Amino acid sequence: MKSARVILIWAAFAAAICVPIAAATMSPQLEWRGPVYILAGFAGMIALGVMLVQPLLIGGYLPGLPARIGRRIHHWTGGALVVAVVIHVAGLWITSPPDMIDALTYTSPTPFSPFGVTAMWAIFAVALLATFRRRLRLRTWRIAHTLLAIVIVAGSVVHAILIEGTMETFTKAALCALVLASTIKVMTELRVWRKRTALRGETIARQ
Amino acid sequence: MTSIVINRRSLLIAGGAVLAAGASGLLLPARAEGLAPTASMSGGANNYLKGAAIVDRIGKGGFWMSGTVRRAGDGAPLAGQRIQIWAHTTEGQEHEPQSHGATLTDKNGAFRLEMPQIIPIFGQPHGHLAYDSGEFKTVFLRPVMKSAKETSLEAHFVLQPA
Repeated sequence: MKSARVILIWAAFAAAICVPIAAATMSPQLEWRGPVYILAGFAGMIALGVMLVQPLLIGGYLPGLPARIGRRIHHWTGGALVVAVVIHVAGLWITSPPDMIDALTYTSPTPFSPFGVTAMWAIFAVALLATFRRRLRLRTWRIAHTLLAIVIVAGSVVHAILIEGTMETFTKAALCALVLASTIKVMTELRVWRKRTALRGETIARQ
Repeated sequence: MTSIVINRRSLLIAGGAVLAAGASGLLLPARAEGLAPTASMSGGANNYLKGAAIVDRIGKGGFWMSGTVRRAGDGAPLAGQRIQIWAHTTEGQEHEPQSHGATLTDKNGAFRLEMPQIIPIFGQPHGHLAYDSGEFKTVFLRPVMKSAKETSLEAHFVLQPA
């Protein structure tokens, strides 16, 4: 019975990320796009998928992956998120430099661009802070990371939803909803803004 | 035998009609006098290739881009104006030469050019149009389709002397 539940959770987790990406591979739009543009698009989807992985790892919600181990993987998947975003932006830059410059300078006519670019800077900021994490007070780091994570998740979800691209509408909305829900769940459960919890978590985080 | 009954309601309707007619008669020329020039849209000039050839049709066609060109101030239609059109279509990306073409406005200041189906690029199905011939100030437009399924798109220019 317990193993059935474990399998079910992992299957649902895999489906949440793989089904939207698989649906996007069926998009008729792909026929009229170059390989670099296609790669850029899928890098964005993978980045969105990683955003579902991150809170699940920290919360220890995946069976067999307690938060203690999940936190370690979270660092690596966080690095993967940075790589995915760099590929996304670089690929779009190669596809149409003027459109990407407009987006990065916040002068794009497309309403979703500023959300994506803001989320990108927040992702880079977390990565930078993470490299200097040991020099920060634990509470400072956790609050900074939490605030930036809110910007990342909210920005990315709005960015993804407003885009008319290769992702299928329903599976895209479902993945976005799961990213939001898991982020809210882990943040409310960990209560990073509380001093006591932060101290209790310190022994684990410092490992 | 008909009798004309003037009650308060008919008087108000008649009065209102006279007022509306009078106001529109007064307002319309006033508005036309001040017809503001169209401003370039943000991102409108992206992937522009200067001097696209005047063509009967871009590629195999199937999609219609149309619009009008008028003069700022009096709104007079401008004939023989060259409008350049480009987009990411089923036959090529935005920056590729075969995705570009130009057409001229007719005596009513209207233009219409057949081109391949526009598809979403950078998250929005949109086209690009340019007036860039020197006589009037250059204008770049970037209209967005309500749906990627649409098979036509319009854009209107109001030009001011350069």
